Amino acid sequence: MGTSSRRFGVYGGQFVGETLMNALVELESEFAKAQNSPSFAEELHQLYREYSGRPTPLTYAKRLTEYLGGPKIYLKREDLNHTGAHKINNALGQALLAKRMGKSKLIAETGAGQHGVATATVAALLDMECEVYMGAEDVKRQELNVFRMELLGAKVISVHSGTKTLKDATNEALRQWAAQVEHAFYLIGSALGPYPYPQMVKYFQRVIGDETKEQILEKEGRLPDDVVACIGGGSNAIGMFAAFLDHPEVRLHGMEAAGAGVDTKEHAATLTLGRPGVLHGSYTYLLQDEYGQILPAHSISAGLDYPGVGPEHSFLKDTGRVRYAAITDREALEAVSLLCRYEGILPALESAHAVSGALKLAKERSKDEILVICLSGRGDKDVESIRKHMGKEKQK
Amino acid sequence: MSRLALAFEQPAPRLIPFIMTGDPSIEVTEELIIEMEQAGVAAIELGVPFSDPSADGPVIQAAGERALSQQVTCHDVLQLGRRVRERGCQTPLILFSYLNPLLQYGMEKLFQEASEAGFDGVIIPDLPFEESSPFRSLSSRYQLPLISFVAPTSRKRMQKIGEEAEGFLYCISSLGTTGTRQEFADRIEPFLQEVKRYSRVPTAIGFGISEPKHVRYFSEWVDAVIVGSALVQKIAERKERLIQKNSRQQALGEIIAFVKELRK
Repeated sequence: MGTSSRRFGVYGGQFVGETLMNALVELESEFAKAQNSPSFAEELHQLYREYSGRPTPLTYAKRLTEYLGGPKIYLKREDLNHTGAHKINNALGQALLAKRMGKSKLIAETGAGQHGVATATVAALLDMECEVYMGAEDVKRQELNVFRMELLGAKVISVHSGTKTLKDATNEALRQWAAQVEHAFYLIGSALGPYPYPQMVKYFQRVIGDETKEQILEKEGRLPDDVVACIGGGSNAIGMFAAFLDHPEVRLHGMEAAGAGVDTKEHAATLTLGRPGVLHGSYTYLLQDEYGQILPAHSISAGLDYPGVGPEHSFLKDTGRVRYAAITDREALEAVSLLCRYEGILPALESAHAVSGALKLAKERSKDEILVICLSGRGDKDVESIRKHMGKEKQK
Repeated sequence: MSRLALAFEQPAPRLIPFIMTGDPSIEVTEELIIEMEQAGVAAIELGVPFSDPSADGPVIQAAGERALSQQVTCHDVLQLGRRVRERGCQTPLILFSYLNPLLQYGMEKLFQEASEAGFDGVIIPDLPFEESSPFRSLSSRYQLPLISFVAPTSRKRMQKIGEEAEGFLYCISSLGTTGTRQEFADRIEPFLQEVKRYSRVPTAIGFGISEPKHVRYFSEWVDAVIVGSALVQKIAERKERLIQKNSRQQALGEIIAFVKELRK
């Protein structure tokens, strides 16, 4: 694999069909223009403020800190965003760009439905058509989110190919984008896909890290010692890490989903157990068999249930700048309970992986250290699934 | 002159069928190659199945799933190439695969072995021109053309793709994925004229071509016509009969009749 300024080391690239290449060339140029446009930044930040409710707070988790007896723990409250997670940061940014490019329709893929909901929301706000592709299995599991997207005026298309989950929904979104590439914009939900998507998603999500940095400096007068985020595709993590990558004294940690365990076949621990390859437009770590066929991922958290990862995370793993580890379904559920009881905050199952990683880390840290957790989303969407799994645990 | 270049010297219409290796079995694919050669096709594209074929429509997706259920790998496709060459097959064979199965096999090993096995080209639908340079050097080292695509959306990129093209240039007839269709892109004729102006190799058109009238029409504009989904659908409809030995010959006969019909 070659390297270039458009790559993260050897990772990334533009591995898509010829039909889509011109759209990527146009996107690259429009994105560059938008980055240099004061009016674009102004419009986006106004929406962040007045529509999504930014800046989100950096909450000192006093009771959790006392209970653990280790470092001071802060929570970056992306759960308090409109629509309940960090996904809206990116959806607003890309949709504004789509509008500037004269596109009339947004296409999105979704796993559990959070990115689909965020896209349907901004489509309604900006008066655009919206098509959301969702695996047939996920449509069944997430009926309420399907209804929510429809309520927002989006068309939800159930995808029956392959494993009928997020990776297949992404394949279908790519196919449908190729068919409508002249008037539709593909709004990718995570820091993945072909160049310039990973770079663009990072740009729109780095508001998380930039705010955190400012807030912690204000509260503590210094940068944190550890920052922890969960990783599916890795958009909240890369947005958070973006502000700290150039501060080597800040240790960065990404938590992926170990599902039933990294010693089983049922996990989504792409960076821990995968191998580099090409899927959905970029060269990155993947869960795959020896012949290069993509393997299904498993996690209690639909947002982490993906056999690939954003290419920059592959690079950061290889350079060692970020430490990646995996958290099991059971550990994530324990973290949900703990955060509910000690802080009165119900985290999304995705974010609970970051919380769990932080709990482990806290044991090795002293009281004069500071640890920040990126609480990427709220858990209201997961209540049913948490209840089901906790019920099962009790029966054991 | 290479086998592929010779094929483009034959009289038009030149047909390039695509079939998925191992759909419904490798044995049947082997027979199809032999029979299609006798039916006078210009070249044959042999697909390697992939779990995530994001440029393919439902028909070829399903063919890939059937092949994967037979655990068909890149290695099997190379072996099949060797076997049909041993049986005397002279038709150019093009290996068609998404990038990841080839990357995991090893790109250098793939080019070397495919060349030795008697393949005449490689098509990788998710490898655009901009990403192809590391593989182009392998392609020239092993004398195995890496076939490029141009689409109605290629625009400014068309010239450099055409000027660097190897083997033949694959023109995509319409936006979207593979799959049969009745409508092709608006302004398809000026598009094909422009491609011909830039291409240093013969041109072939694919995506959506399913009927003899399409083949006739496009043969006026390009050097060869690629038919995938329509043929793969005929194979799918005869899956059981192709697997059963006592009904295979008749089912093969019907498929070959369709191939001949396309060339009329």
